[in-house]
Amino acid sequence: MIYVTRRAEFSASHVYHNPKLSAEENRRLFGKCNNPHGHGHNYTLEVTVAGSINPTTGMVVDLKELKTLLEREVLNLLDHKFLNQEVAAFATKIPTTENIAVEIWSMLAPKLSFGKLHRIRLYETPDLFVDYYGD
Amino acid sequence: MVYLTRRYRFCASHRLHNEALSDDANLRIYGKCDSPFGHGHNYALEVTVAGPIDEATGMVFDLVALDGIVEKEVLERFDHTNLNLDVEDFRARVPTTENVCTEIFHLLEDKLERGGPRNAARLARVRLEETNWNFFEYEGDSRPTA
Repeated sequence: MIYVTRRAEFSASHVYHNPKLSAEENRRLFGKCNNPHGHGHNYTLEVTVAGSINPTTGMVVDLKELKTLLEREVLNLLDHKFLNQEVAAFATKIPTTENIAVEIWSMLAPKLSFGKLHRIRLYETPDLFVDYYGD
Repeated sequence: MVYLTRRYRFCASHRLHNEALSDDANLRIYGKCDSPFGHGHNYALEVTVAGPIDEATGMVFDLVALDGIVEKEVLERFDHTNLNLDVEDFRARVPTTENVCTEIFHLLEDKLERGGPRNAARLARVRLEETNWNFFEYEGDSRPTA
């Protein structure tokens, strides 16, 4: 088994706010991330696919194909978007980096025709990242 | 168990081309990586060894010994080479980064097991970055079939 990772970047804005909680509770819980106008990040996404090396090609996956899939299924939907307003999944779910990572997993996993999706790693900033293994 | 990772770099060129396939198939599979003159990368290699902390030294693995082994087994062999033409292992095998990654693991595996203090450490992972946008990891649980 070998693990292949492709890295990509997208930029998006979001606000952390749970309408079921009071304004004070939202502020206490989410701090400056609760600013109603939102704020943004340059996200770095790492998608890891596990598989074995095809003896003919020497490759686990076609990286061009993975890049295209990533652009079509993830980046086109998230890049330069206000996640709360423009991405259906986050109309009811707070677009925390945890939730975005899980959402990216469900965007990609059913579309992958090669290898097996192993991990989604999503950096919100260079100092903070989330890993999701699909469980 | 503590994991210790050391990072190295080497520069090499390669061409992704399988003689057993037609020119059309090679172009379809490898795209611009099939360009007949080859092309190069700055590879970043991470070698991870795992083991208990040696009580006498406080270390998992002697870094000077690790550097020496990686230098001799990997960097001297691969750095500033054309992988297809200069490295015996890739005369008959396409030097995809998958294959380079597993090859490095196998080159280091036995040597590292003999190089650790009290022989307790083992090679846990080889991680090879081809570009800033993709990398490959191998933990040695299967040998490549070609």
